[in-house]
Amino acid sequence: MPADSREKILRRIREALAVPAPKRHLAGAGQAVSHPPQDWLPPVPRSSEELVALFEKNSTDLKTVVHRCADRAALASVLALIAREEGWKSIATHNFDIGNAAVSALGLPTLRTDQPYTSAELEPCDAGISGCDCLVAQTGGIVVTAASAGGRALSVLPPHHVLIATTSQMVGDLADAFAVVRERYGEVPSFLSFITGPSRTGDIERILVLGAHGPKKLTVLLLTE
Amino acid sequence: MSTIQSRQFHHDAEVLTHDLRHRSLIQKALGGYYVKRDEQKAKFTDWQSARASAAAAKYEAVNHLDKYLIEFTDKLAARGTKVFWAADGPEASGYIAEVARKAGVRRIIKSKTMTGEEIHLAQALEKEGYHVVESDLGEFIVQLREEPPYHIVFPSMHLTRGEISDTFEKKLGSQPADTPEELTMIARDVMRKKYCEADMGISGANFAVAETGHISITENEGNARLSTTLPRVLVTIVGIEKVVPKLDDLALLLPMLATSGSGQNMTCYNTLLGGPRETDETDGPVEYHVVLLDNQRTTLLADAEQRDSLHCIRCGACLNVCPIFKNVGGHSYGTTYQGPIGSVITPHLRGLQSWKHLSFASSLCGACTETCPVKIDLHHHLLQNRRNAIAQKFVWWEKPIFAGFAWFMRRPMLYRFAAPLLRLGDPILRMIRGQLIDPARMWTATRDLPKAPPQSFKEFWRTRNAR
Repeated sequence: MPADSREKILRRIREALAVPAPKRHLAGAGQAVSHPPQDWLPPVPRSSEELVALFEKNSTDLKTVVHRCADRAALASVLALIAREEGWKSIATHNFDIGNAAVSALGLPTLRTDQPYTSAELEPCDAGISGCDCLVAQTGGIVVTAASAGGRALSVLPPHHVLIATTSQMVGDLADAFAVVRERYGEVPSFLSFITGPSRTGDIERILVLGAHGPKKLTVLLLTE
Repeated sequence: MSTIQSRQFHHDAEVLTHDLRHRSLIQKALGGYYVKRDEQKAKFTDWQSARASAAAAKYEAVNHLDKYLIEFTDKLAARGTKVFWAADGPEASGYIAEVARKAGVRRIIKSKTMTGEEIHLAQALEKEGYHVVESDLGEFIVQLREEPPYHIVFPSMHLTRGEISDTFEKKLGSQPADTPEELTMIARDVMRKKYCEADMGISGANFAVAETGHISITENEGNARLSTTLPRVLVTIVGIEKVVPKLDDLALLLPMLATSGSGQNMTCYNTLLGGPRETDETDGPVEYHVVLLDNQRTTLLADAEQRDSLHCIRCGACLNVCPIFKNVGGHSYGTTYQGPIGSVITPHLRGLQSWKHLSFASSLCGACTETCPVKIDLHHHLLQNRRNAIAQKFVWWEKPIFAGFAWFMRRPMLYRFAAPLLRLGDPILRMIRGQLIDPARMWTATRDLPKAPPQSFKEFWRTRNAR
């Protein structure tokens, strides 16, 4: 492997920084940085019921389909209904407590991505069913890591991503989400993704098209807990 | 003195400015953007304070760049990522080609990276015999057309669906399609095979988090997630200025990037990558390389006055509001980075004398500075580039002209005598305006000549007082 230019670049950086930047580059920062940045972002309510409502609004605006489920039996029947309507032939999932029963009740050929698998096996699956670490009310998004969502590919390769989560997993904003992940894993894992709606593009005449490369549909089954 | 770059710019700008079809296409695309952006901005509790806060985070990073880069690379290396510091494009491309060779790579899939565009990475790898596919839809379209990206965020915004359909028909053998949906699905089908076949993925980065050693990638399509997950070898190329001190900085910067970049509250996928597949993981790349690129960023860093232009998060907001960009279009610039930010930084990255003309092509309206989410003082930097260009390469005739003007203006008698002469000469000036014999035709050819007033202010004042 060729030798790199670490020392050369660091030397050039230190030489450059010997001259300080003018103070005006920080104009107006004093007042702004005396607050946490969350104070400037879109406001987030406190009560958990309002958080869930905000998540439902924001995620629905972005074409995520959200189903509130009163209990696990209701959740299983919603999932079965979607599977029937879309004519799923095979699915992919991983081992996670709130999803296991509903997924196995489907009785479909199932690939487990938390066990060794190849992308050629995952690609033809009609849906990927996964859990997550938390849901973010402010953005209407969800947070997945390899541990919580059956690896890095399950939530992005199949054309329909079905997420199963509970209302107790709701947090306010991205900083809260980072705190949840750090508490759970001790550090931020090697893979983490904020998913906000189904895959999309506006690259042709700036017209929104869903399902660019990732899932065409994102469904959140939200269990009230 | 005109250079090849400035002649090309003037020629292309002239053509595009008169192209009404181009103008209506760009105006339509940007019209939708303004509405969405304003909707999202309005949701913020205080957008101006958010800007100041974001600028402060980038200021901290850029002004302690050595410290944060060391922290970032140490954290990355601790998790098994190989870090390579590249001083320029050939060093970066050479290393990536070497990684590909050692790993026995045959097919490469690439997600969007402007840093990669800057060093012509795909072309360098193709020269080494690798097949490189762009997976971002806009980039894929311009790659098929063998064009550079038109805009740093919307690479194909200058094309209509008809043109894209023709391109797909010609290059992919697909059936003609009328809607963006159908066209997107054609690309999707082509690309899904490529993701599974590729043995190497290349990505860019929007942020590099020093505190935790993560790369952050922002996208809407899912192509970056697939390109960074399925191939067994992954390379991320990142400019050294992309570093941010803390993970929590992203809680502010990600929503701001989405708002400014595309008028979204969050882009569809914001992914953090901190290393290759770990022992308890079942997928993800087994080999991960991060290439840090300088390529004259340290030259820009050394210009303390303009150092804040390294705060840039490449959202493209300044392009979208720039009256020059909207008229001359992205390709006229001839640069990787278009619009105001491109006009500011390109002279530092590629030479002031060759690229100074971009800083002169500005109305200095300041719309760029006002919209920038990290408060880069863009229009003043354009002025500073003009000043620096003149100081470096003196224009001999400017000084005597201004000295003569000053001499004349200090002599009221002469001025009083000359004013009626101007009124007499006005019809002649009007006749030759913009013609070959007009010595000021560079200026007058494209501008109206104000009508000489029937009396000067002095004359007006005198008659007014006499009344």
